[in-house]
Amino acid sequence: MVKLADDEKAMLDGKSGPARQKAMELLVKYAEALNCERFVATNNIAGVPGSSTLFLKDYYKDFDGGSYEAIFSLFDLDSDTVVPVPRVSAYSCHLQGGLDPNEWQTLGKTREAFEHQMEDEAAVADHGIQIMKTCTPYLAGNVPVKGEHCAWMESSAVVFCNSVIGGRTNTEGRESTSAAMLTGRIPDWGFHRDEFRRGTHAIEVAVPIESMIDWGMLGYFTGYAVEENIPVISGVSYQPNLIRHKHFGAAAASSGGVELYHMVGITPEAPSLEAAFGGNKPAETIEYGAAERRKTYEILNSNGRDDNVDFVMLGCPHASIEQIWQVANLLEGKKIGASTKLWIFTSRSVKSMADTNGYTKAIRSAGGVVLTDTCSAIGLAVPKGTKVVALDSAKQAHYLPAMMGIEAWFGTTEDCIDAAITGKWRGELP
Amino acid sequence: MSVEAPPRNDVIVLHGRKVTPGVAEGEALVTHQTISGWGGINSMTGTVIETRHELRGVSFKDKILVYPGAKGSSGWSAAFHTTRLTKTAPRAMLFTVMTTKIALGAVVMRIPTMTDFDRDPLQVIETGDWVKVDADHGVVEVTKKSHQERHR
Repeated sequence: MVKLADDEKAMLDGKSGPARQKAMELLVKYAEALNCERFVATNNIAGVPGSSTLFLKDYYKDFDGGSYEAIFSLFDLDSDTVVPVPRVSAYSCHLQGGLDPNEWQTLGKTREAFEHQMEDEAAVADHGIQIMKTCTPYLAGNVPVKGEHCAWMESSAVVFCNSVIGGRTNTEGRESTSAAMLTGRIPDWGFHRDEFRRGTHAIEVAVPIESMIDWGMLGYFTGYAVEENIPVISGVSYQPNLIRHKHFGAAAASSGGVELYHMVGITPEAPSLEAAFGGNKPAETIEYGAAERRKTYEILNSNGRDDNVDFVMLGCPHASIEQIWQVANLLEGKKIGASTKLWIFTSRSVKSMADTNGYTKAIRSAGGVVLTDTCSAIGLAVPKGTKVVALDSAKQAHYLPAMMGIEAWFGTTEDCIDAAITGKWRGELP
Repeated sequence: MSVEAPPRNDVIVLHGRKVTPGVAEGEALVTHQTISGWGGINSMTGTVIETRHELRGVSFKDKILVYPGAKGSSGWSAAFHTTRLTKTAPRAMLFTVMTTKIALGAVVMRIPTMTDFDRDPLQVIETGDWVKVDADHGVVEVTKKSHQERHR
């Protein structure tokens, strides 16, 4: 049974209003499901509060016309009644959404969907939640510190927060983050606790890992190899920067359920192999060599057959300003093909930097578009008639073909830009 | 104190921990692979869609879903929550590896769910077996498919 502090009990008893009561009821059920005895206070929450697909709007149309408050009550808080939803008490941000409000027509969205998103967004802001609209809050102004208790959704952001920063969050869901925004509490389970953060599996890297594609492939392999466990990666001689960690973690979280990894001598909780394992004996030691690297490349390209590419999608997870700068450089003096489309997804704050630097304009004059808020998988949006997509993200290559029923090639950013220009896939394992 | 019925040799009994309450029975759907929620299932039809999954194209609607647990996106709970709304959810879930995704998902799906078993359900239960889940009492009764045929 979960033990409640006095203020938590007061919320559960309804003394802070019906929405916080529903939120505590949900969090208590969740803690009991986890067999967790207590909550931890959090003041850094990232979720998708109350945002509604057209399905949810329609499903709840008999409740206040499917209003923000109705969906927040009935879906987010899993309440059987609609309750008045107050402003959040904890520092909260909204992750990615379904469309770019300035380019919804490019994405093939309807005016109805656009108008719904604008209504939701106004309600989100009105409830005191920051509109970051990105899967990379750490690139848009929400950077936790080591040891900070967070309650984040978005598997790629969770693994970045835990592993690269040393922040503490489980992979939360929509319902738990929305409840945490109102209560400032989350179950004190899993990655909030020291004993849960120790490595369990050893990954020994026997090939040089330097380029972004190599980090993505190593991450994808690692996820398959360890599933939801905690890998300790050793044998890496190259210091990965932010975008390499971003791609590694997103891939590992997609093919497996990796929420925390340690890299010996690189990540904050792994000054040494011994420290990373914290006394655990590795359940398995797995080597990543040339054969594993080739196999991973083949798996990531197993949905590609036709070398005629009609769509190139970059920015999964959302592109950093460094990546947009790289794309602008690769496109300098070039034009993308008449039969191909190039979309690069990022956050609004990074896009405003790209606008300032002239990259958005440069990419547009080459025939590409910088888009915000969403991506092809989240927004279920590809250019009309797309049959074959080229991707530089292992995560997107994992999800998009199944979700959209299209073929996909996976390669370097350079391979993808080449495909955008020539309309042909010419990528090979580097 | 409850009086237990004498053990029947065609029924295998497992004991475990209640994750979420309730009682349900149905046909087992067993996979040794973890399942992704968002991007891994179609919430409108209750089927697995992940490209390389052994259950790709298979529906879990009204089944007793027996699997190691959840993986992938944090949209897991919302994707399975939606199957409750579309009436394509499983009747109950039995799993072996606890994660926040599956714990929260089980709560919002509002179906009986259990874990922490005295025997590995993935070894004992096969697809097609008839499974009664009493999460409130922490008991699972499995009637093997072969025995069902004999009694029919």
